[in-house]
Amino acid sequence: MIPLSWYLILSAGLFSVGLFGVLSRRNAIAILLGVELMLNAVNINLVAFWRYGSVADMAGQVFAIIVFAVAAAEVAVGLALVISVYRQRRTVIAGDLDMMKW
Amino acid sequence: MNGTQLVFLGVGAVILVSAVLVVTTRNLIHAALWLIVTLFGVAILYALLNAGFLAVAQVVIYIGAIAILFIFAVMLTSKESRDRGPQHNQAWWLGAIVAALTFGGLLWMLHGWSGFTKSAAGIPAGFDAVDALGNALVAPDAYVLPFEVASVLLLAALIGAVYVAFTRKQESR
Repeated sequence: MIPLSWYLILSAGLFSVGLFGVLSRRNAIAILLGVELMLNAVNINLVAFWRYGSVADMAGQVFAIIVFAVAAAEVAVGLALVISVYRQRRTVIAGDLDMMKW
Repeated sequence: MNGTQLVFLGVGAVILVSAVLVVTTRNLIHAALWLIVTLFGVAILYALLNAGFLAVAQVVIYIGAIAILFIFAVMLTSKESRDRGPQHNQAWWLGAIVAALTFGGLLWMLHGWSGFTKSAAGIPAGFDAVDALGNALVAPDAYVLPFEVASVLLLAALIGAVYVAFTRKQESR
């Protein structure tokens, strides 16, 4: 049987890789890819805690489903923003979008 | 070292390697395809954790909808604006340090926790996880309210996405 620690270490690693992608990528779409990795790491944790805690309490799985819905909403709005910005400024590089900087 | 543990180690290695490729590959189409590999590995982990419904939902929602949306967005932006110049900013080493510190901090915090090496209790006889999840999502004393709020959030986000990405006549020259 797999101990809980393996899942937690794997999800900590996946979260850190996603965090590196969010912090280091220049392309706005690639930053969203990093966010997806982080959300998946959180979901692994939620489901692992459901399985290793009391199985009859479904809070972990329900929360994971809510995370699915929020991730879908986030990607839809985020990619719509990226495409809208690309139409107006012809760029998807996050550093070039400085219209709201003062 | 039994079969389940070997499966976990293989899937975990695939997840981590493909995740690193997602954040380092130059070509964004390839990064999106590596994301699909990562998501599929996570779906296998859900199956290992006896969360069958989530494994199926992961394949249908994440791979079938979200990853395909990413590929569409990559293809709707031009190649020269996407792939010109370096793909990582000048402070990427700072991001690497922050990510490594986060990983170390999480490990240190987990190491001091008493439940860290817990192993799973068996599933009680006659317990159906999908049945229990479905009941929990619609039972008034459980999670029906967050479930409905999530559906409203999804509707609002999709209408907002259509509005934001909509091309108005006078703007599209």
